Amino acid sequence: MTQEAELVFSRPESLSDVVTHYCPGCIHGIVHRLIAEVMDELGIRERTIGIAPVGCSVLAYNYFECDFAEAAHGRAPAMATGMKRVEPDLTIFTYQGDGDLASIGTNEVIHAAARGENITTIFINNAVYGMTGGQMAPTTLPGMVTTSSPYGRDVKTQGYPVRVCELLSQLDGAAYIVRRTAYKPAEVRKLRRAIKTAFQVQMAGLGFSLVEVVSNCPTNWGMTPKESLKFVEERMVDYYPLGDFRVKDEVKDLR
Amino acid sequence: MKVLMKGNEAIGEAAIRAGCDAYFGYPITPQTEVLEYMSRRMPKLGRAFVQAESELGAINMVYGAACTGTRVMTTTSSPGYSLMQEAVSYIALSFVPCVIVNIMRGGPGLGNIQPAQGDYFQMTKGGGHGDYHLLVLAPATVQEMVDLIVEAFDLADKYRQPVTVIADGLIGQIMEPVAFPELKAPQRPERPWALTGAKGREKNIITSLYLGAERLEQENIRLQATIRQIEENEVRYTEYMMEGAELVVVAYGTAGRIVQTAVKQAREEGIAVGLFRPISMFPFPYARLKEIASTAQQILVVELSAGQMIEDVRLASCDQLPISFFGKMGGVVPLPDDVLAEIKKLVK
Repeated sequence: MTQEAELVFSRPESLSDVVTHYCPGCIHGIVHRLIAEVMDELGIRERTIGIAPVGCSVLAYNYFECDFAEAAHGRAPAMATGMKRVEPDLTIFTYQGDGDLASIGTNEVIHAAARGENITTIFINNAVYGMTGGQMAPTTLPGMVTTSSPYGRDVKTQGYPVRVCELLSQLDGAAYIVRRTAYKPAEVRKLRRAIKTAFQVQMAGLGFSLVEVVSNCPTNWGMTPKESLKFVEERMVDYYPLGDFRVKDEVKDLR
Repeated sequence: MKVLMKGNEAIGEAAIRAGCDAYFGYPITPQTEVLEYMSRRMPKLGRAFVQAESELGAINMVYGAACTGTRVMTTTSSPGYSLMQEAVSYIALSFVPCVIVNIMRGGPGLGNIQPAQGDYFQMTKGGGHGDYHLLVLAPATVQEMVDLIVEAFDLADKYRQPVTVIADGLIGQIMEPVAFPELKAPQRPERPWALTGAKGREKNIITSLYLGAERLEQENIRLQATIRQIEENEVRYTEYMMEGAELVVVAYGTAGRIVQTAVKQAREEGIAVGLFRPISMFPFPYARLKEIASTAQQILVVELSAGQMIEDVRLASCDQLPISFFGKMGGVVPLPDDVLAEIKKLVK
């Protein structure tokens, strides 16, 4: 190593040095890394509790070097509420997929947001139940084929997708509700900034923060990783537009 | 000093005195006064209070707070307790302490809001999915409720398990003179398992997920060992006028109160009858009841249900003597005279 050599890239301290169970090409790994980088940057690893959902990221607690709990399906925001109310100085975040948050857990997330709970939710939307093998999710696009919508999601009988950011942005308790994605490096950088802001919103006590990540599922979409990113860019982002849906004025002052 | 207080409000005050740091609940009759009482008292003491969006929300808030190692409680009534079963099962295998109070009402379904004991199976035999039993304490007076709530927090900490207290609308709504212990500030003794931020230690994980069968079996063995300890240490019961009792009436909670009056009257009329009142419904006092069954001539079980505890009475006595049942369902509460008439029928 020469004198000029400088370490510019390494594993974040908050990210565990273990093999993950995620499928090749899945965006979960990117989001995990970004959360870990933000925890490092804000220096909060030792005073953070994460809450894992039920779904593909059920084992998220194995991948972060902070305290973690495993919630029942959809209940992470309620669990986070209990933690935050007794440990207001800790940073509490939930990590939830679309089945967990937008189907079985709608009640918990809506009311956590309405109460303005000082917690942060990272919401991974890949339009499918991944862990159980690719069934239709509340966010499955119209016409999309899944193992439980084999003829394509028919909105007449199977209803319409739920746009979570649009829904939650109506609630006064929500301080920071944004949608990002990660299909290309420029989007990953924007996503990282949003995750950092969401944690800062919590640390400043401004209320509920949520970052939705429009994500992929090469395995259950039956695509190569590259094809799945193309689908995110062309189809998913079309139905789930990226942007800031609710940003309280005090949040703008944070930046 | 004693104060005259409603059962439900006494539950709240007892929890506060025991150092309860957080309360999460949802309105449901006949326990709503606990929620209201805590909404007044907890914020003034700088402790946590949240009226949750549902019983699902409430019990999962309890789960979250319990993970940090603090003292936490929720209270509910029968349909609300049914909703909580998912999380209660998670909490049991997660080994975190909490106190849950069920002020039972008439069921099944929406039922009504009258006093009933129809949740005995759900309370004592598990309730949620998987192999577990929770410690279940059943007071018969407001004072006993206060004493058991205070004790429930200590027992929850001791075993790192949810401890439940069951009563019904009668004990929740009745006003009785009651004495409280000194106010205790919430305390966080050293709890190496708790989620408090991984400062200067390895991270802690609280979960009920173990994908490997052998690993999950190990956790189940650990849970069963805890339950065996509870069975060994926490059996509670009381006996009333049992000297020379030929007929033993077994009843708990409100039914126990009613039977006590009937037994007193029967004794005055010269009938050799006594009351055996279990206080720990789990662990059920099998051993003592077995002894009693070996000397008594017959047993009468009185419940505000179709007959649930009677199964444990039969187990304890191995059906070695005649066991009869007198019960009322749907929130109908028998009078002491009704029980006395039943006693007389059996001894004539």
